[in-house]
Amino acid sequence: MSLARFASAQSNLFEGDEESMKVLVAVKRVVDYNVKVRVKPDNSGVDLANVKMSMNPFCEIAVEEAVRLKEKKVASEIVVVSIGPNAAQEQLRTALALGGDRAILVETNDELGSLAVAKLLKAVVDKEQPQLVILGKQAIDSDNNQTGQMLAALTGYPQGTFASKLEADGDKIKVTREIDGGLQIVELALPAVITTDLRLNEPRYASLPNIMKAKKKPLDILKPEDLGVSLSSSIKVLKVEAPAERSPGIKVASVAELVEKLKNEAKVI
Amino acid sequence: MAILVIAEHDNAVLAAATLNTVTAAQAIGGDIHVLVAGSGCTAAAEAAAKIDGVSKVLVADDAIYAHQLPENIAPLIVGLAKGYSHVLAPASTNGKNYLPRVAALLDVDQISDIIAVEGADTFKRPIYAGNAIATVQSSAPIKVISVRTTGFDPASAQGGSAAIEQVAAAGDAGKSTFLGEEVAKSDRPELGSAKIVISGGRGMLSSDNFQMLYTLADKLGAAVGASRAAVDAGFVPNDLQVGQTGKIVAPQLYIAVGISGAIQHLAGMKDSKVIVAINKDPEAPIFQVADYGLVGDLFEVIPELEKLV
Repeated sequence: MSLARFASAQSNLFEGDEESMKVLVAVKRVVDYNVKVRVKPDNSGVDLANVKMSMNPFCEIAVEEAVRLKEKKVASEIVVVSIGPNAAQEQLRTALALGGDRAILVETNDELGSLAVAKLLKAVVDKEQPQLVILGKQAIDSDNNQTGQMLAALTGYPQGTFASKLEADGDKIKVTREIDGGLQIVELALPAVITTDLRLNEPRYASLPNIMKAKKKPLDILKPEDLGVSLSSSIKVLKVEAPAERSPGIKVASVAELVEKLKNEAKVI
Repeated sequence: MAILVIAEHDNAVLAAATLNTVTAAQAIGGDIHVLVAGSGCTAAAEAAAKIDGVSKVLVADDAIYAHQLPENIAPLIVGLAKGYSHVLAPASTNGKNYLPRVAALLDVDQISDIIAVEGADTFKRPIYAGNAIATVQSSAPIKVISVRTTGFDPASAQGGSAAIEQVAAAGDAGKSTFLGEEVAKSDRPELGSAKIVISGGRGMLSSDNFQMLYTLADKLGAAVGASRAAVDAGFVPNDLQVGQTGKIVAPQLYIAVGISGAIQHLAGMKDSKVIVAINKDPEAPIFQVADYGLVGDLFEVIPELEKLV
């Protein structure tokens, strides 16, 4: 054993008791954020055939934060969970390559609402008993911004939404939240649910060796019925339409022309 | 059928977002009650009672509601919600924080960020960063809905004379504590309700250069916003961010300066009445949504604009 490895084993030994925080991170497979989606001609939804799919950007930030907590030796184990189609294994493998220890896929082809997802996550929380659950603040497809808050309600945990800074301290966590007027700082009793805002961190990229290693990490597949959760929803999507087109604008040649148009044509100044 | 609207306020002043939410409630139809939960919030409750169309104001005045912590306010709303067909809150950071907690405790789905009311159970809401509009129907016994305030005109703040009724506090959940806040101070109009918004992007190059936009904004009585790039670069604080993950604005006039126009930014401003883009790149996507585009160097255009308006 090299000296460095010995030293690290020693420090792990001493910090063994404090290093017991298990973190659960939820990730969602969504259409890549750079794709401009198109509405299907029959207005039944958006066309996702052959478009690039990725991990939801806020979920990447959630994974990154969990990995940083582990690097700071605050967290001992990172479990990543996704609820979605079999193909979501791809996003779970990405999360494992970024530093997750093991993964759980709750496999379903249904498009679930936030409440159903929160109920499935609650069942996973009951099994795993994490001290901290980290989710993204919203998924960029449904733009709901509900799941983390709903999970917190169902588990009875406090919630630190739109987090831009986390400081774990014993059995509490201090969360800086992005609010409309600025920032708010709250302290939550653990276990707690956190949802990430953009400025919490800058997610890292997975290295090739880590991508290879991630293929060997455990990934369990569960079915919603294994978790005893009903997926019924009270919300029905009647139709999906393209937003109203803006009428084409014009280019003006000078500042004087712009001001003239704003005053006399648009009458907005 | 009665509708409970949760008021947005800072205990002293009722926020304008409450007025837009009341308009959404009027579109649904029914008796409208407003809940003001706060600490020392008598002034906000009195303002709520004057809103045209509101028939009753419920006040829960207790130190535990001072900062609307969701662990404490959600059980209060849940206790009251059972007497209502709809519970509405503005899709502010506060509303987004506590409302899904309320919905889950009631075991009902929530509808986020509605922009139109089609019927008492049918609503329109944007998805995919505003690139699609979904019409959704809810069969939930209590419809829990957050309202995109820019989708609805404000109700009149005068003319109402609702009765004010005290309601009992639900007790401290004891799971969360408010430690402090840093609220950005500004004399300019609030971004969400300003008639004119001037936003700067990465093209502004530095924090100091934003001063040009502030000067122009003050001359026009405008609010100042920013793109994510400008916020991430540290030019301005994050509460100025306009976009899918920041504020959604729909002013009479939106002036985008040095902003390329990424999908995520457009999601926050493309319902503005008139959009002006000032950018040196004629291919910038922002020109596709701009009513008036000016290709030019913002460092020459902005000072000239300031002289001419």
